[in-house]
Amino acid sequence: MAKPTIPTEEYMLSGHMACLGCGAPLAMRYLLKALGKRTVVSIPACCWAVIPGVFPYTNLKVPLVYTAFEVTGASISGLRAAIDARGIKDVNVVGFAGDGGTADIGIQALSGAVERGENIIYMCYDNEAYMNTGIQRSSLTPFGAWTTTTPVGKTKFWQKTQKKNMVEIMVAHRIPYAATVSVAYPEDFINKVRKAAGIPGPKYIHAFAPCPTGWRMPPEKTIEIARLATDSCVFPIYEVEYGKYKITRKVVNKKPVADYLKMQGRFSHLGEEEMKQIQEYVDREWELLLKKEEFTKEW
Amino acid sequence: MAFKSVKDVPLGPYCHLESTLINKTGEWRNMRPVLDRSKCIRCYICWKFCPDVAIKILPDGNIEHDYEFCKGCGICANECPKKAITMVREE
Amino acid sequence: MVKKVITGNSAAAYGVKLARVQVVSAYPITPQTTVVEKLADFVANGELNARFVNVESEHSALAALISASLGGARTFTATSAHGLALMHEMMHWAAGARTPVVMVNVNRAMGPPWNIWAEMTDSIAQRDTGWIQFYGESNQEVLDTMIQLYRICEDKEVMLPGMICEDAFYLSHTVLPVDIPEQEDVDRFLPPFESAYKLDFDNPVSIGSLSMPHQWYMELRYKIAESMENARKKIVEVDREFGKIFGRSYSGLVENYRGDDADLLLICAGTMASTAKDVVDEMRNEGVKAGLLRLRVFRPFPNAEIVNLVQNAKVIGVADRSISFGNQGPFFTEIKGALYGKIPTKLLKNYIVGIGGRDVTTNTLKSIFRNMASIKDHGLDEEVTWVDLKR
Ligand SMILES: Cc1ncc(C[n+]2csc(CCOP(=O)(O)OP(=O)(O)O)c2C)c(N)n1
Ligand code: SF4
Repeated sequence: MAKPTIPTEEYMLSGHMACLGCGAPLAMRYLLKALGKRTVVSIPACCWAVIPGVFPYTNLKVPLVYTAFEVTGASISGLRAAIDARGIKDVNVVGFAGDGGTADIGIQALSGAVERGENIIYMCYDNEAYMNTGIQRSSLTPFGAWTTTTPVGKTKFWQKTQKKNMVEIMVAHRIPYAATVSVAYPEDFINKVRKAAGIPGPKYIHAFAPCPTGWRMPPEKTIEIARLATDSCVFPIYEVEYGKYKITRKVVNKKPVADYLKMQGRFSHLGEEEMKQIQEYVDREWELLLKKEEFTKEW
Repeated sequence: MAFKSVKDVPLGPYCHLESTLINKTGEWRNMRPVLDRSKCIRCYICWKFCPDVAIKILPDGNIEHDYEFCKGCGICANECPKKAITMVREE
Repeated sequence: MVKKVITGNSAAAYGVKLARVQVVSAYPITPQTTVVEKLADFVANGELNARFVNVESEHSALAALISASLGGARTFTATSAHGLALMHEMMHWAAGARTPVVMVNVNRAMGPPWNIWAEMTDSIAQRDTGWIQFYGESNQEVLDTMIQLYRICEDKEVMLPGMICEDAFYLSHTVLPVDIPEQEDVDRFLPPFESAYKLDFDNPVSIGSLSMPHQWYMELRYKIAESMENARKKIVEVDREFGKIFGRSYSGLVENYRGDDADLLLICAGTMASTAKDVVDEMRNEGVKAGLLRLRVFRPFPNAEIVNLVQNAKVIGVADRSISFGNQGPFFTEIKGALYGKIPTKLLKNYIVGIGGRDVTTNTLKSIFRNMASIKDHGLDEEVTWVDLKR
């Protein structure tokens, strides 16, 4: 009999409102397993504003403060200020927001919090669109994807921009710690959150969290697709500690991006030409990451 | 914590842990995971990846699905390295 | 007790210090800036033991304070006009989350065109957010009201945010003598803050989750309305108790200045009230029975107080330093609503004055009283007049 490879204590309960196979609850589940009960979470408008259930119930065994869509960074700054002012010790203050709440409407408050050096952990669970409002594009929706605001139509109106790189934006703030994690790799996920908790100042963790509903794929494929995202270098798993890059999940047999794209209905309209284009983009980004790792090796 | 009237409602929207466990999300299920214990090697991969925390590790080390909450997403069956879980249509 | 000759903004900063605020967050905007600058000095010099969150916008300032208040800290922000407008979403949030954040808003006109001078449109536009609203007449009142506000807002039966408004420049930047109360007296008057929400790691509570049409959103909103009603009597009680300790009080929600037997009764708020008091005296010397009611509180609205105080008036004039486009002055419509069915019909007239900081001088107010006198003799000319408009 093997032993569970992640802590067995649960801080997120069953009975929540997420769709079948949703990656977002897994991100929360792992996050709280890593941090334990002396944690306060702030959540803006996003699927996770609905997932914990309706008033007067909650499915989290930690205090949770809901906030408006664009102010997670400010909310956790205020929580930290109050906790410090009251002399309360050993509390993790965590913001937990979607890709829209992080990279679009909430980027200002996040940038402010990180620039001020607030002692917080910010986790973006990335499902690559505004899912709560019904699958509209965000600046983290990848090139080529169908969403309800980038419909394919007769004019190939699908997403025409490449995904914004939030980790790089955070690194540009000279943040002490930034990392990517994926629900496909819970052990790495938990290790990184724990590491972040031990570092003073702002920490940013970007969690890959597939949305079967919005990605137009069967719910049982969530983990498989997340794994494939990393194996194809679409979503590399790495960390940047005080500027030093480290790829924490080596990719040995790089899988074709087309394998990843073809599993999801949101890319079903793409032809060979576009797939090639995406492959080239992914390759270039991956090369760049390898070079950054190499360049900062001695730091 | 069932409130009867406005008098029972707290001052603000404070929610207690009493909890979402009242939401029997098992009712959402179309497909039911069925475990063949003889094939299970107790690796807990299914447990690890369950988004609904609906797989329990029993004191004897075996696993068990919690059908009160399992929504039937099928991740467990998909991830099981021994194909010990099959999804069958609910009646 | 120390007497200092200071601006309204400085008085506000002393209020923050005396209230032992624990978390301050604000973003600069003219004419509020000197409040936060002064507070930054206090914190920098160790005179105020507060966390100072130097946010990147007003919206974030209020968001941070709502969470800080939920975290159990006493909080303060200050803003004006565009800053307040930017906060609007979080204004609702502060009341909905039942966080007694206290704010100084320096009343300033909204652009475009840019205008940094006095007008009340900014705070009036926040009328329905669930904030208690005070309008100050003097620097002393700003300081005293700050201390009162923490008591009112943090009361277990209220638990709502509150603001005190200062007219841009007339209060914010004009120096007046101010008594700075003793810290120990303030401590006696204002106990430490206790949030209704408990940040408890053993019995965790979530705050603000989705709430459905069938249960309990409507009930939670009813609770806010109920608490606003509770605030009415608290405002009066707290003002009275403040008077006992500090020797100054402000007659609760409405100040009555020679209004009891006035034929011509003007109602207004803010600094123009102090000019109007001089004009009332002058008119009285001339034998005109003029009087003044100063609205100290706009939310909760002093309906009953106004009904009581206007009983003997022949003409009621309402001076609004703001306009609700497409209708009339906001104070005017509310006062009409308060009076309806409560007293026999009276002659009621609305004066739109001082828009964008145009001076409301003794001449302005005299012309208003003269117009009211003419209405008394000849009946209403028009319901709304823009006074001092260049025609
Ligand atoms: C100011 C504001 N604008 C718009 C909305 C509506 N809204 C709620 S959630 C949401 C999208 C959330 O997307 P994301 O942050 O990616 O999280 P997800 O729902 O995908 O988990 C939007 C647009 C809002 N709540 N507030
Ligand atoms: S819409 Fe997507 S992200 Fe939201 S709960 Fe459903 S599966 Fe999860």
